[in-house]
Amino acid sequence: MAKELKLMKGNEAIARAMIASGADGYFGYPITPQSEVMETLMAERPWDPNGDNYTGMVVLQAESELASINMVYGGAATGKKVATSSSSPGISLMAEGLTYLAGAEIPCVIMNAMRGGPGLGTIQPAQSDYFQSTKGGGHGDYQLYVMAPSSVQEMYDFVFDAWDIAFKYRNPVLILTDGAIGQCMEKCYTRDNVPRWTEEERRAKAPWGTWGKPASRGHNIITSLELESSRQEVFNQKLQAKYAEMKEKEVRYEALNCDDADYIFVSYGTSARICMKSMELARAKGLKVGLLRPITLYPFPSKQIAELAKRVKGMLCVEMSAGQMIEDVKLAAECKIPIEHYGRFGGIIPTPEEVLEAMENKIIK
Amino acid sequence: MTEEIIIAGFGGQGVLSMGKILAYSGVMEDKEVLWMPSYGPEQRGGTANVTVIVSDERISSPIISKFDTAIVLNQQSLDKFEKSVKPGGMLIYDPNGITHEPTRRDINIYKIPATEKATEKGIAKVFNMIVLGGFLKLKPIVGSEFIHKGLEKSLPARHHALIPQNEEAIELGKTLIEPVFTL
Amino acid sequence: MSNLDIVKPENLVYKKSNVLTENVMHYCPGCGHGTAHRLVAEVIEELGIQDKTVGVSPVGCSVLAYNYLDVDFQEAAHGRAPAVATAIKRLNPDCYVFTYQGDGDLAAIGTAETIHACNRGENITMIFINNAIYGMTGGQMAPTTLLGMKTATTPYGRDQKLNGWPFQVTELLAQLPGTYYVTRQSVHTPANVRKAKAALKKAFENQKLEKGVSFVEIVSSCNSGWKMTPVQANKWMEENMFPQYPLGDIKVDGELVKK
Repeated sequence: MAKELKLMKGNEAIARAMIASGADGYFGYPITPQSEVMETLMAERPWDPNGDNYTGMVVLQAESELASINMVYGGAATGKKVATSSSSPGISLMAEGLTYLAGAEIPCVIMNAMRGGPGLGTIQPAQSDYFQSTKGGGHGDYQLYVMAPSSVQEMYDFVFDAWDIAFKYRNPVLILTDGAIGQCMEKCYTRDNVPRWTEEERRAKAPWGTWGKPASRGHNIITSLELESSRQEVFNQKLQAKYAEMKEKEVRYEALNCDDADYIFVSYGTSARICMKSMELARAKGLKVGLLRPITLYPFPSKQIAELAKRVKGMLCVEMSAGQMIEDVKLAAECKIPIEHYGRFGGIIPTPEEVLEAMENKIIK
Repeated sequence: MTEEIIIAGFGGQGVLSMGKILAYSGVMEDKEVLWMPSYGPEQRGGTANVTVIVSDERISSPIISKFDTAIVLNQQSLDKFEKSVKPGGMLIYDPNGITHEPTRRDINIYKIPATEKATEKGIAKVFNMIVLGGFLKLKPIVGSEFIHKGLEKSLPARHHALIPQNEEAIELGKTLIEPVFTL
Repeated sequence: MSNLDIVKPENLVYKKSNVLTENVMHYCPGCGHGTAHRLVAEVIEELGIQDKTVGVSPVGCSVLAYNYLDVDFQEAAHGRAPAVATAIKRLNPDCYVFTYQGDGDLAAIGTAETIHACNRGENITMIFINNAIYGMTGGQMAPTTLLGMKTATTPYGRDQKLNGWPFQVTELLAQLPGTYYVTRQSVHTPANVRKAKAALKKAFENQKLEKGVSFVEIVSSCNSGWKMTPVQANKWMEENMFPQYPLGDIKVDGELVKK
C-alpha cells in the first residue's frame, strides 16, 4: 500500500496502519463499535500472497476476548509485532491478559474503542475507562503506556509510534479511543508499507523472544511468575524504574492557545475535539480560553499542567465520564486553582455549547 | 469556509453514501472533512443520519448540534433537524411523504422532488445523487471535477461504470431544486 | 560390581536427556509429572527439535515446567495455554509448539480455549495430565474427579447432583474434526511409560503433517492429593481411574478407533 490520501474511518485507519507498520499478527473478537478493525483486516487479507496487500501478517478471529488477548501473549512473546482491539466490555475480559502481558514484559498493541458502561452499557462513545486504562484494570502494580488519539490521522499514526514504545520498553501499549473516533471518517495520509521484520531483525529486536532455543543461548522463558518474594520485589522495582523512565521521556500532549489563556480545558480524545470548538466559541466571545490535550494518558503530562496551574485562573476537565482524569489533573496542579469536571455519560457526547456554558458557570463565574 | 451539514432520512435512502461522496470530494479538493454517522441499532433500518463537515481549516468537534445545512429526506428527520439549522442557514427536504411542512422563517428553505423524479425515470438507485445535486446547486462547496474524483474514490471499482449515471443525477438535481422560503 | 565400576562410561546404559535441565524437580515423590517431563524431553531430543520447540506451561503443579525442560517456554494464564499456543504456531509455523496442562487448566477454566483450539485444528501438541484433583491449590475437586471421590471441596465425596459428572474431555475432543490424534496413556509402569513415549513422539511428529491437534492425555496419580502412598495411589488409579478413563488410542490419523 503506497502513501496515499484517503477518507477512512478511525477503525479502518487502525487496521490499515497495522498492515502498513509491519504487524505480524492480529487476534480479535467482534464487538461494537470497533468491529471494522478486524473486518478491514479480513477484507485486505494481508496473509494471502495472491492478495493486493500481502505482507504475511496473520489475522485470526478468536473465540473470545479472553482467547484473543492470550493469543497476543503467545504471538508477541515470540518477539513478533502482535495487536488486538476491542471495546470496553471486551477489554474487561482482557484484563487478566493485560496484567500478564505487563508482568511478563511483552510488547504489544491493544486498541480500546470505549463505549458507555457499566456492564453491557451502551454502544455509543464514552470515556469511562480512563481509570481502567491508566490505573491498572488488572491486578498488580503495572502500567500500560496509554495513547489517546483524537483524529483518524492520529489513530493511524499512533499505531506506528506504539510499536516503537512497546519494544523500547517491553511494555504493552494501549491506544485508548472511543466509538466517535472509531466510526467517523476523516482524511488520512497513509504511509508506504514498512516491511515486516526479517528473522534477523526479530532476533535483534527481541532477543528475549521464544522462537526455539539455538545452541548459542540458554532457553528463553516468558513468565510473570516469581514465587520468591525478594526476587518479585526486585522485579517490581525494575518495572517501576521503567515507568519512571516513560514519565521522563515519553509524555505527549498538545497545547492550543495556552500561552495567553486565563482558563484551560483539559480534555483528551473526542472530548478534546469538542473543547476545540468550545474554545473557538469562547474566543469569539472574548474569553481567553485554551486547551491542554493529553495525548499520553499514562504517562500523564503532569508537569505541563503544574506549569499552567501557576499562571491560569482555573481549569475545566471535560470527559465523557463521571470525572476520572480530573484526579490526575488535580494531583498535578496540587489544587492551587479551581479545577472542575464537566462530563456526560452513557454514550452522550456533550455539545460545544454546553461545554462552554460549563466553563462559564463553573470556572469563569 | 466551513460548512456543517446533517443529512438524515430512512435507512436505504443512501444517506451515508451521499455524505461519503461529498466528504471524499472534499478530500480530493484538499479540504478538511469529517463524516460522522449515527451507528448501532439505529443503522439497522429506521432512520439514518450523518454529519458531514467540509472546511478549509482543521475541524474541531465531530459532534455538533447546529448545522449550516440540514438535508432531510423524511418527516421524522424534518421534525428532528429543522430546529437544528443555524439562523440564516438552509433546509432542504424532499416533499415526498411530508405532511407537516417546515415552519421556520429565519432560515432558507428549499425542496427537491427527488423521490418523485427518480421513480418516474426509473433511477431510484441514484436518488441520493439527485439530492446532492440540489445541494451543490445552492452551495457549490466542492468543484464538479472533484465530485467526479470523489465518486471514483467512494465507489468500488466494479461500480465505476455507473459514475456517469451518478453525475447525470447530480445535474438533474441541480434543475429540480426550488425555493420554498428564502430570507 | 562396586559403585565405582557402575558409573564407568562403558557401563552407561541410560542417561538424563540433554533437554532436561539440571534443576531438581519440585514434584512430590510418586507424582507422574516427572516421568511425563522426562518423556517430553527425550522425544524432543530424539526428534532433534530442541531449537525449534516452544512449550506452554499452565497454572497448576506444572506451572514451573519451564525450569526443567531446556526449550523456550511461555507460562500462560490459567486455562489459556491453547490460545497462547495457537498464536505461537500461527506466527512461527516452523516451530514445534506444545501445551502441557492439568485437568483444571485444560478441562475447567480453559475449556473454551481447549475446544476451540482443537476445533480450529491448530497444528500443535496438547499434553493433558489428568489426576482428577487440583494438586497445587491443595487437593480440591477437578472436573475429572470421580463420583464419590473425596477432595478438599468434596469432603463427603463427589456427588453428581451437586457437582455433575466426571468430565471425559478427551472423548469429547476426539469428536472434533480438528483433532488428528487423540490418545490416553499412563506412566505408572515401565510398559506404560514406553507406550506413552511412543504416543508423545507421534504427537510431536504429527505437527509436520499439518493435520490438526495431536492430543495426549496421561492419566496420572496424585498421591499427595489423594492422601495415599505412591504404591497405593497407582493401585487406586488402576482400579478406579482407568474404568472411567480407559487407556488407549481414541483417534488415530484423523479416524476414530473402533472399540
